Parts: sequence; structure tokens; C-alpha cells
Amino acid sequence: MDRRQFFVASATVAAGGIPNLNIKADSAREPKEFVGVLVDTTRCIGCRSCEVACSEAQKNFVPDTKNDNALEKIRDTSEKQYTVVNRFETAKGAVFVKKNCLHCWQPACAAACLVNAMLKTKEGPVTWNGDKCMGCRFCMISCPFDIPKFEYSGWNPRIMKCTMCYERLQEGKKPACVESCPTDTLMFGRKRELMEIARHRVYGHPDKYVHHIYGENEAGGTGWLYLSAVPFEQIGFRTDLGTTPYPEYTREFLISIPLIEFGVPAFLLALNMLTDRKDEVSDEQKWTEAGVDK
Amino acid sequence: MNTAAVPANEVVRFARFFLQELKPRGKWLTPFNVISIPIIAAGLVILYFRFTQGLGSVTNLSQQYPFGFWIGFDVMTGVALAGGAYVICFVVYVLRLEKYHSILKVTILNGLLAYVFYSGALLLDLGRPWHIINPIIGNSFGYNSVLFLVAWHFLLYTGALFLEFAPTIAEWAHWERLRKFLTSLTLGTVIVGITLSMLHQSGIGAMFLMAKPKIHPLWYSEYIPLLYFVSSIFGGLAMVIFEGTISGKVFSNLIGQKTHHSHDDIILGLGKGAAITMFVYYFFLAFIFMHGEKWKLINTSWGYWYLVEVIGFVLIPCFMFAYGVRNKKFGVIRTAAAMTVLGVILNRQNVCLIAYNWYVVDKYYPSWQEIVVTLMVVFVEVWVFRWIVTRMSVFSKE
Ligand code: SF4
Ligand code: SF4
Repeated sequence: MDRRQFFVASATVAAGGIPNLNIKADSAREPKEFVGVLVDTTRCIGCRSCEVACSEAQKNFVPDTKNDNALEKIRDTSEKQYTVVNRFETAKGAVFVKKNCLHCWQPACAAACLVNAMLKTKEGPVTWNGDKCMGCRFCMISCPFDIPKFEYSGWNPRIMKCTMCYERLQEGKKPACVESCPTDTLMFGRKRELMEIARHRVYGHPDKYVHHIYGENEAGGTGWLYLSAVPFEQIGFRTDLGTTPYPEYTREFLISIPLIEFGVPAFLLALNMLTDRKDEVSDEQKWTEAGVDK
Repeated sequence: MNTAAVPANEVVRFARFFLQELKPRGKWLTPFNVISIPIIAAGLVILYFRFTQGLGSVTNLSQQYPFGFWIGFDVMTGVALAGGAYVICFVVYVLRLEKYHSILKVTILNGLLAYVFYSGALLLDLGRPWHIINPIIGNSFGYNSVLFLVAWHFLLYTGALFLEFAPTIAEWAHWERLRKFLTSLTLGTVIVGITLSMLHQSGIGAMFLMAKPKIHPLWYSEYIPLLYFVSSIFGGLAMVIFEGTISGKVFSNLIGQKTHHSHDDIILGLGKGAAITMFVYYFFLAFIFMHGEKWKLINTSWGYWYLVEVIGFVLIPCFMFAYGVRNKKFGVIRTAAAMTVLGVILNRQNVCLIAYNWYVVDKYYPSWQEIVVTLMVVFVEVWVFRWIVTRMSVFSKE
């Protein structure tokens, strides 16, 4: 993140043609301790307490989990709910999966946002700032997990997505969903620690878990990590996203900008001088003036 | 003019002159007016609902399709087809091919209006348009965003186009000294303008680089920026031919005899340029196709659709241009130009809407309101264009 931002900032603003500055930036990279959540889908009972707690904490639409039969079909997060729980029928029985923003290590949404309304905070959560957002929805195009949602009704629409309860974290609390979970499916902590716990479970119970921790490397690694008993594609995860952080895909283009900004005008100017035919004409004139006319 | 003491009576003179010029000229009940006025009125009503009740009240946009017709057609396609302005500027000022001078002003005007109106249409699509100043006044710069780059280059390039056109405005307002001054800026503006164009034309393509998992692999490649840039060259050239054909008919009384004749020569040159760039583009496409080993994707309905675009609207018009230029068949060149324009439209729609989230069941179709507003934007642009060309010396009178 840092290196990239630095690089691009230097490229766009200064454009002073000092591309090798990024070497310095690399060594200045600080070690990070982002927080995240480990989701053990084998523990989830589909009670949807997290959905309710989330919406109450964030003042969104609170679902009536007793009567709405929402588990009958696969749902997506929406402009009304930051998180939803889905049921998947698999060879190992019903599996419940909570869906929400994964708080990517290098979020595509934040790289896309031209006003820094989507922001990777230094603590780890990716937040949205309504005073900056202009509603271009480019974050929605860019997020590989299709998470940001837009309020299409209303004159002053918001981008809606999980913020990992950033305000609660500031107060020293855990995210509302984590606190509400009765089965310890959700565990809040630093990613490094969560990875250790996750590995411990996978190695300790190879019969119970598939040998993969979703989010370890997906899209460059995410803050939320998932464990599963069945292959992840069977429970609604995309497994074709690759391990490259998404902002990397635009990097080459962004570095080439200062090169173009300086190279092309110089080239055009040179070409313009080269095509100047004025002198040739005057030479001819001199010739005729000197030779024929007089 | 630029001395400190601008006489007050000059301001008064200009105000009177402007009011005089504002009055419509000619007949009112032309077919174009009869069609366009109701559509513009309907568009305004739709926009009222859009700004009071949200985008969802008039558009078919959804969570899966955050970009719709207003972005995919008005902005993305409008900008690509306005590429003619920088190409012609390059040809006239950098390569100094004087032959094309007579179409320079009208091409710049077309470019300027396209940028003002089609990228202006972006404001209709933004959820919180009043925050559009944020990336400009500098309280929040998203340096690492491709869109940030595109936004700035859009803005600067529109300014450059305005400067390129400004001498004509100064001439119309009888500001002789200002006109001389503005004319002296032209070469610099043109060079900056070409550079800005290269960057934002390709930048629009680069906006889709992060949408890798969502765009059908036949349309996605890491070379999208290059493809967008090259296609804006021939798209722009085709549009110049296309618009020239229409203006030549509609405004024939404004165009001088000599220009009418040299126009044939110009069309041959433009057609040749289009044929060459299209061939280069086709070569890039073929290279990307081979390199990405996309053979297995061809024998699907998406593959056939891809072939329609690439063969039907790139390769065939490319050959038609070449044939038309060689045999001086102007009808063929004009048809090829129309097909090329359609091809660019098709390509932008494919990347942005059709092959975007191609696996989704609920596909996006523009609502009738979105189409009416798009037509409104086009018609208002034509109105302004007509107002300007009938008052300022845009077409060559020689
Ligand atoms: S999952 Fe999507 S919205 Fe969440 S941080 Fe990653 S890119 Fe952003
Ligand atoms: S919609 Fe808002 S948050 Fe998303 S990219 Fe645009 S400005 Fe940023």
C-alpha cells in the first residue's frame, strides 16, 4: 500500500522523472498489524444473530430472522444490510456462510476511489466517507468480491458496505457481529494471530477442514479469513480471483503516465520542427531570385 | 482587450451583440426541431425525477451493473468518438499537412462540444454530483486511482480544446488583439492536448483493469488501455468522415466552393489513416487472442458475439476503407465510416455492459428514460453546434 501510494503520488504530482525513488520507498515499508476476523464456517448454525447485531449497530434494516425464511434462497449483501448469512447444501450437509466485506489488505475499492472516500485505515478496516464520495460507483466495478452496494433510491445516495464497525473498534470494542455470535464462529484479532489459529485448526483436524484458508492470499490477502469443511467454490466463494493484489493491475499503467507526460510532448515538438518546410521554401526562393530572375 | 482599462462601452457592445446573436435564425418548424424539442422537454422531466428520487427511479442500474447506458454510451463512447479532434490537430499542427486545415475548426468544435456534453452527462450519473469538486480543489486526491487521472485529464483537455477554439470565438466577437494572442498559443495547446488525449483515452480503458474477474476473458486483457487508445484514433477519424458527410449536406450553404472540392481529397486521406490504424488494432487484437490462448472460448455464443465485433466491425470496415481509398469509391468509405463508428460503440458497450458480469442472470438493459435522456444530450449538443456554426466562421468559406 505505502509503496504504491508513494510511487503513484510521486508519479502524478511531481512527475519529475525520478522513477527510481520507489526503491527508497520500499525499504521505508513499515510492518503492519491489521486486524481481521476468522470465520470458521463449520461452527456456524445459521442463527443470523450477526445480521441483526450488524444492522442494529449500523442503524440499517433489521431483518425479522424468526419469520422471513431468508435462508431459503442465496442472498447478497445489499444497500440495506452489510452482512447476510446463506445456507449451502453440500455433501457434508448444510453449511452456513456469513458474507460481508473482506477488508482486503490492498483493497481494489480504495485504489479505485478518486477522492479517498474508500479508505484502508491504518488499523485495517476499509471505511467509506460520505463527505468525500461523489457516487461514481467505480469502487463497485473494481471490488473483486462485489461488495460495495449503492442506494439507487433517494437523492443523496450512500455506498453501503461493512466497515468492520470501525467506530466500535476505536472505542476498544469488537465488531458487533463478532460479539453477537453464540457459537464462536467469528473470532476477532490481528491477522497474524488469526492465521496461526486457523492453521492450527486445519493441521489438527485434516478430516474436518479442507486444506485451504480462504483470504490468506486471495486477491493479495484479506482481513477476513474463512475455514471450511468443503471446497470453497461449493459455498459461494470465488476461487478464480488469483493472489495478485488488485491495485497491482493498474500499476504499470500508472507508472507509465509520467513517461508519457514528458516523452510525448518532447517527441511532438521535435516532429513539429522536423516537418517545418518554411526554410526549404525560402531556399528555393533564394535560388530563383538569385539565378533566374536577375 | 487585455490592457487594464477595458472600456465599459466595449462590454456594453458585446452584451448587445450577444443578445442579438442569441436570437434564432431561419425557420422554426424544421423536422429536426419538431423531433428534438419534445424529446428535450421529456428529458428534463426525467431529470427532475432522477435528482429528487434517485437514479433507481429512472434507470435500470443495479448492484450488478453500476455503470449503465449513461456511462457506457454517453461518456465512454462519446469520448472515444471525439478522438478526431486530437488526431486532426496532430495532422495539421505537428505533421503540418495543410490539406486538412479546412476541417480543423469544425473538428475541434465537435470535440469541444462532445467533451462538454458527453462528459457533462457524467454529472447526471454521479450519485453525489456536488462532490465532484473534491478531486479538483484538492481536499482529497486519490492519486492511486485511475479515475482520478481520467477526471483531471478530461478537465484539462476540455480546457485545451476550448483554447484551441477560442480564436474563432474572439474573431466572432471582434476582439482582434485577443484573437492574435490566442492564436499564438495554439501550438503549445495542441501538443498538451494530444498528450492529455493519449492519457485519458487509454485511461478510460485502464478503468477496467481491476474488473478482471467480471469482464468476459475475450474482452478483458491487460492491454485494454492500448486498445482504447488506438480505437479512439480510428473511431475519431471515422466520426470526422461521418460528421463531415452530414454537415456537408445540412450546412452546404456555409461551406465555400473550394472546400467542397478539396473535401474529397480529405476524405481519401482520412480513410487511409483509418484503414491503417484499424489494421494495427486488428493486429493487436489477434496478438492478444493468440497470446492469451483464447481459442477454446470462440466456439461459444460469447465467441460468436466477439467475432461479430472483431470481424464485422473492425476487419471488414478496415478492408472497405482500403478498397474505397484505392478505387476512390466515396460511398464505400462513408459506409465503412458508419460501420466503424458502430463498431466503437459496440466495443464500449461490450466491455462496459454486455460482457461485464456476463455470468449474471439479470442482465442490464437501458430503460426508455435512459435512452430519452441520452437523446436529449445529443440533441442539445446539435442545437449548440448549429447555433455556433451559423454565427462563427467555423466552416471554411473559400
Ligand atoms: S472486499 Fe471489496 S469492498 Fe471490501 S475491502 Fe476488498 S475490495 Fe474493498
Ligand atoms: S462511489 Fe464514492 S466511494 Fe466509490 S469510488 Fe466513487 S467516490 Fe469513491
